[in-house]
Amino acid sequence: MSDAVMHGHEHHDHHPTGWKRWLFTTNHKDIGTLYLTLALVMFFVGGAMAMVIRLELMHPGLQYVDPQFFNSMATLHALVMIFGVVMPGTVGFANWLIPMMIGAPDMALPRLNNWSFWILPFAFSLLLLTLFLPGGGPAGGWTLYPPLMLQTGAAMPFVIFAIHFMGASSIMGSINIIATIFNMRAPGMTFMRLPLFVWTWLITSFLLIATIPVLAGAVTMLLTDKYFGTSFFNAAGGGDPVLFQHVFWFFGHPEVYILILPSFGIVSQILPTFSRKPLFGYESMVYATASIAFLSFFVWAHHKFTVGMPLAGELFFMYATMSIAVPTGVKVFNWIATMWRGSLTFETPMLFAIAFVVLFTIGGFSGLMLGITPADFQYHDTYFVVAHFHYVLVTGAVFGMLGGVYYWLPKWTGHMYDETLGKWHFWLSAISVNVLFFPQHFLGLAGMPRRIPDYALQFAEWNFISSIGGFVFGLSQLLFLYIIVKCIRAGAKASDQVWDGAHGLEWTLPSPPPYHSFVSPPMVTDATAHS
Amino acid sequence: MSTSSSGYYLPEPSHWPITGSIGLFSVFAGAAMWLNQVGVGPMVLGFGLAVFIYMLFGWFGTVIRESEGGIFNRQVDVSFRWGMFWFIFSEVMFFAGFFGALFYARVLSVPWLGGAGGELSTHEFLWPAFSPSWPMNVIPKPEDFTVYKEVIPAWGVPAVNTIILLSSGGTVTLAHWALKKNQRRALCWWLFATLTLGFLFVGIQASEYAHAYEELGLTLNSGIYGTTFFMLTGFHGLHVTIGATMLTVIWARALSGHFKPDHHFGFEAVAWYWHFVDVVWLGLFVFVYWL
Repeated sequence: MSDAVMHGHEHHDHHPTGWKRWLFTTNHKDIGTLYLTLALVMFFVGGAMAMVIRLELMHPGLQYVDPQFFNSMATLHALVMIFGVVMPGTVGFANWLIPMMIGAPDMALPRLNNWSFWILPFAFSLLLLTLFLPGGGPAGGWTLYPPLMLQTGAAMPFVIFAIHFMGASSIMGSINIIATIFNMRAPGMTFMRLPLFVWTWLITSFLLIATIPVLAGAVTMLLTDKYFGTSFFNAAGGGDPVLFQHVFWFFGHPEVYILILPSFGIVSQILPTFSRKPLFGYESMVYATASIAFLSFFVWAHHKFTVGMPLAGELFFMYATMSIAVPTGVKVFNWIATMWRGSLTFETPMLFAIAFVVLFTIGGFSGLMLGITPADFQYHDTYFVVAHFHYVLVTGAVFGMLGGVYYWLPKWTGHMYDETLGKWHFWLSAISVNVLFFPQHFLGLAGMPRRIPDYALQFAEWNFISSIGGFVFGLSQLLFLYIIVKCIRAGAKASDQVWDGAHGLEWTLPSPPPYHSFVSPPMVTDATAHS
Repeated sequence: MSTSSSGYYLPEPSHWPITGSIGLFSVFAGAAMWLNQVGVGPMVLGFGLAVFIYMLFGWFGTVIRESEGGIFNRQVDVSFRWGMFWFIFSEVMFFAGFFGALFYARVLSVPWLGGAGGELSTHEFLWPAFSPSWPMNVIPKPEDFTVYKEVIPAWGVPAVNTIILLSSGGTVTLAHWALKKNQRRALCWWLFATLTLGFLFVGIQASEYAHAYEELGLTLNSGIYGTTFFMLTGFHGLHVTIGATMLTVIWARALSGHFKPDHHFGFEAVAWYWHFVDVVWLGLFVFVYWL
């Protein structure tokens, strides 16, 4: 047996080059790079859509795009950012880092890993192609609520199948990550020695496998309701449009944690390094993450308090929602306690991580406000909701990923990025993102509804300010692109350790690491495990 | 490279995944075009299916050759096991979504349309003639739907089908025991019995569907009862068909001497899947047909 395996090994070092390398690869680093590249491209695609939205909303009245196109921009912006940026981006981190962090040569199922990625460009072709179909792209919002969604034109089946396709990718990717973490850990790498990033991805994978099939079911019901005469969401046949909202948000709420948990993990790696202290309360972080994931299955109806549910349901979902604040609070306090009396330095990854803690917490608090049923009757479907989820997703999930890119880019490329430009990118982003989203709280509380291309005159000033923030934030990301390209091409040679306070197996490998991370498993002890 | 490194199995770069993506992309694009009444839709769909099936043969063929070549060690075996386990879990959640829709309709939306739970005005203003029951005797707005005469009772053909599918769960276990004792003839025969029962089940379901459509007037368009009935049993039937096809593959492999008493994950994966469709059917029998 070992002959065949050894042969496989030797052969491997002569992997194909050029386009074949990327198309046929079974290597976790190549696939990680592909995922991250796709996420970066889609970040600019979805970002361009956001620029259209902010341009139209800069002034009251209709001036640049027609309302139907505006609605499809809002719909596709969300689908692209969720399924095309945050999800593939965090899977890219998982691919690059999990084998290196647990002391493995690669993922458990490398060919499946290739397929998980190579589905996505095809799936996004299906989705974005709809913009060129008669009737335009989907315009019913990313939540796809019937009966509005059922009025979609030729785009409808393309959108549904694109979601099925992306879901297949997510499920296969998650299966691979769980199999890798369960089965590929180096000797001595016990579960309670796993770096927190690995833990968050283990739990995220479970959430994905449990909920993506439910989304697949929900969109299948939409498809059959439109084309095959079923009545899932048709009251005239005994169904109920609200049923869709239940099934969708049974997926949708865990999905929120799918988007944020990997960034929790990234921040939990960055903060100890630049505080030069071990992560405070490692075990409670693990349990808090698991609790958040568990509770996320019982809070879905807080997305639709106003739809007309029985009072007992409203109260149950309110209390369940409030209870998530407890494990989330544990995490925020642990991050702060990690920095407490540390020897802090403020390199770009640390800046993004600290901004994450502050701004994500703001988004968490506005989430608590929205979770209070009677208060939500006022806030529902206003810009307050938009402000809330952009704080948790942009200054939360995306800032976590940006920090992670700066943190591991020297390890991945072997070059240090330009620290001065990195700091410029951070400050431009951190200031402009608050100019962009903070005023949307005021707009929402004053009653401006979301998902409209025009608004009453009293909302004009804050919308103008928000748009200016949006344009600056968008342009700042071009700087990010420049910094990455510059770092890949050249830069100061990065040491293996890269950051003097960093702990974990990935820092014991050369920068850039060898093609197969650990060809012989390292022995992990308490001293070499996470800090 | 140290000797312990030989413990890891790392496959070569492979063109099968991208082939599968092209196949599935064509399936989806073709189906979407077909639904939009674009003429080439069915052809694109057919091309995609052909590519996808070619990929399945090629990819599984590669894995089977590697397995029979003795390349897979214990660690690879465990990775496959976790992979299959979580795949089946994802399938369970897919069915959970449809069962959720069934329970929602039975417990909430249909009674609400009849005025239960403080929805009196809904009942009054929408369809006052509707009185809720399950199976529904009337559809709230019957003129929009195919009205059915009756539904399929549990204790007829569905009960027979239950016995067939449960027996096939037994025969696949007998095949497994035979494999572990290296009784090859018994292995092949019990496998053959299992896949025969599986396809028999699918055939009986198909004739029941024909009966429902042609004689009972029960269709996908028969309100929420017809919807949940056909979607749940239909997706289950699709999974039985896939499972029976997988059984056929491992039967052919068993006939050509594959699998060893201590190394036969391909067999076990199919057996797990088969038990999964079995359990789903029990849920269907109780909640769709019986109660």
